[in-house]
Amino acid sequence: MQKRLVLDQRQIEIILKRFCHQLIENHDTFENTVLLGLQPRGPIVLDKIAAKLKEITGLDIPFGYLDATFHRDDFRRRDFPLKANETKINFLIEGKRVVLVDDVLYKGRSVRAAMDAMIAFGRPAKVELMVLVDRKFTRDYPIMPDYCGLKVNTLESQYVIVEWAANGFENDGIWITEKEKN
Amino acid sequence: MSQLSTRHLLGIKDINEEDIRLIFETADNFKEVINRPIKKVPSLRDITIANIFFENSTRTKLSFELAEKRLSADIVNFSSSNSSVKKGETLIDTVNNILSMKVDMVVMRHSSPGAPHFLSKNIKANIVNAGDGTHEHPTQALLDSFSIREKLGDVAGKKVAIIGDILHSRVALSNIFCLQKLGAEVMVCGPITLIPKHIASLGVKVEYDVRKALAWCDVANVLRIQLERQQIKYFPSLREYSLYYGINKKMLDNLDKEIVIMHPGPINRGVELNSDVADSKQSIILNQVENGVAVRMAVLYLLAGGK
Repeated sequence: MQKRLVLDQRQIEIILKRFCHQLIENHDTFENTVLLGLQPRGPIVLDKIAAKLKEITGLDIPFGYLDATFHRDDFRRRDFPLKANETKINFLIEGKRVVLVDDVLYKGRSVRAAMDAMIAFGRPAKVELMVLVDRKFTRDYPIMPDYCGLKVNTLESQYVIVEWAANGFENDGIWITEKEKN
Repeated sequence: MSQLSTRHLLGIKDINEEDIRLIFETADNFKEVINRPIKKVPSLRDITIANIFFENSTRTKLSFELAEKRLSADIVNFSSSNSSVKKGETLIDTVNNILSMKVDMVVMRHSSPGAPHFLSKNIKANIVNAGDGTHEHPTQALLDSFSIREKLGDVAGKKVAIIGDILHSRVALSNIFCLQKLGAEVMVCGPITLIPKHIASLGVKVEYDVRKALAWCDVANVLRIQLERQQIKYFPSLREYSLYYGINKKMLDNLDKEIVIMHPGPINRGVELNSDVADSKQSIILNQVENGVAVRMAVLYLLAGGK
């Protein structure tokens, strides 16, 4: 299987630092801001950003994990139901500025479901989207990221794979691969 | 896997350990959902569920109805007391009529053991057994084991005594299957007339002395005396039953450990459980009720999923 590296560990590190500074620029003291990682792969990006933000600002910015499985629009269109992940939000988001964090933005359907799921915790004042990789020209919904690591051109026949050293891979890295043909 | 091995939930006997674990993991997620400020998710919004109750029910019916509403399903309720069943309609005709109205799932309680199994062979919809006579009550057993898991961390290796009217109890049979599949040791305890003759062949211990049962177990699941199912006298009087098998605080205080007390409801206070036990901190009876909604949401979600 052919794999093409689009972001290596060093580049990901630079992007995560950039995200932190962009957030500081836009959210200043983070007084009214919360961060939400979209399950299942957003939390690992969020954990890294939260740790870096704490390092830079010294602030404990509230963050949580949001699972949108029960809000997806493809229930009963799949062969079997998707397994849900943990939602861990210990605060209300009523009137808050929310930053949703995920690794890859593809069709936009997960983000739509996540926004639906998020409303169960209150009405946010503003919602922003942060993604490491934006797959251009693939969107099914009118959703665009506010913070983007890298825009890539991909085909339907390709996957974007995000590998983390924390998950047992040699290095952090983002790859594009061809889907295996049946 | 995120799919059950069956498209109906007829009994615990028909599902495997993996199915039970999947239901529990999904119920964990739903328990979080029902504790949110907005307790509803849209998963089943294009699904219609018929709750068909040929027998009285308060808790189970309410719990299923709430679970269905939390999942955004459309529901129709039917109880035999005010239906055409009274006019002589057969079970299959009644259900087929309801299904003609495009119902996707049926939650059914019936006084005849095997009624949901019969139905599942004859109609297309997914069937959930909400209790069939003295046979099985699978969702009750699931929520009981889920509550034990929540309280004690795991079901495997735990000693669970089911105390009371085992003979007429569908809860007992489903609990035995569920607990054993999850690796617990099970004992049944009650008057000799209320213990089925060959129950030991299921691999459970049998005990007639409630004090010994309490001393043995980590969890006591206490059942109600089902007078409505008893055609003959199985014991002289409720007073005598209470004297020999009723559990009070003093009995629990005399044990050298703290055991968990469960009851599927409705409780006959002063008969099988004294109020000082039912309302004690050892009792997880109200947790069982809360968990019932989450477990039933998980069952309905998993059965409705897929193409």
